[in-house]
Amino acid sequence: MKILIDIFSAFIRIGLLGFGGGPTMIPLVHNEVVVRYKWMKEEEFANVLAIGNTLPGPIATKMAGYIGYKVAGYSGMFLAIIAITVPIIVFLICSLTLLNEYRNKPWVIGMAKGIIPVVAWMLTKLTWDFFIKGYKSIGFILATAMCVAAFILINIVGIHPALIIGSILITALFTPIKAKDKKI
Amino acid sequence: MIYLNIFLAFFIPNIIGYGGGPAIIPLIEAQVVGHYQWLDTNQFSEILALSNALPSPIATKMAGYIGYQMAGVTGAVVAVFATVAPTLLIMIFALRVLYQYRESPKVILMGQWVLPIVTVLMAVLTYKLMFNGLVSFPVHFVLLFILSALALERFKIHPTFVISAGLTYGAFFINGV
Repeated sequence: MKILIDIFSAFIRIGLLGFGGGPTMIPLVHNEVVVRYKWMKEEEFANVLAIGNTLPGPIATKMAGYIGYKVAGYSGMFLAIIAITVPIIVFLICSLTLLNEYRNKPWVIGMAKGIIPVVAWMLTKLTWDFFIKGYKSIGFILATAMCVAAFILINIVGIHPALIIGSILITALFTPIKAKDKKI
Repeated sequence: MIYLNIFLAFFIPNIIGYGGGPAIIPLIEAQVVGHYQWLDTNQFSEILALSNALPSPIATKMAGYIGYQMAGVTGAVVAVFATVAPTLLIMIFALRVLYQYRESPKVILMGQWVLPIVTVLMAVLTYKLMFNGLVSFPVHFVLLFILSALALERFKIHPTFVISAGLTYGAFFINGV
């Protein structure tokens, strides 16, 4: 029982302090899991993180679920995920519901507009970061060519992005790897 | 039927969304705005902004709220389940196998080749948002855009404060006409 309370309080703290989404929460997870409760050693934590990064889906919930499972089985897994997601979702639902109540007041319309430029900047930055990440890992020409091709297929031809990503993943899986590339 | 749609709307982005939370945002947008048309771009960006201002993972917050809006508490549970469960199960059951192939060039290649697609999706979402803002309130938009860029990148002010400042500025200076 003690262990379940520990898991719950560890991930409540991570959830409430982890501003900025998944990747920024990793140091907080590390602090609770490796430093405070010593559920895992450094190397084990690094391995779980590396594997979490190669799988799709949000990183923070994968880490929470796996660590909860490892420490206390399925009940640990459920508690960790509930602790990291539910409190903030409830808060978000309340604040957005409140915003919708006053939807027609001029100052609320102003507020809704006021955040658009901020989000627009954040997305610009994210877009740029993703492009740089792609450019650094597969080279400028291939990254640009794939961007252009993806743009045409998604926005002009109208193919669902999931199909394109799916087929790219399959292509990557069946691409023969040249001997010299194997060291990557 | 609505529950099945909610499940699919969040299951697909998360199962193909390599790269964690932020990479999943445009995929969720493609589903809830593009495919199912539950929200328009502005509504989506409001939810995105408020989610960004709050702690905890972004993908589950968006799933929880959009699911709730579409079909109440059950909708929220279905959406969060679709976001969290499938990849977590893969993680738990295939941990050992994947660990062996973690450095396999193919697994690395999969992560890298997806990046340009995510870039394009993100760029299109950004463009739509900018276009809406520039058409309806050009002067405020440009001013706030530059100020948020400076505040976030130059002065490293926390996103929560920048978003709160945007909300406050909007409430006082941008009229709802």
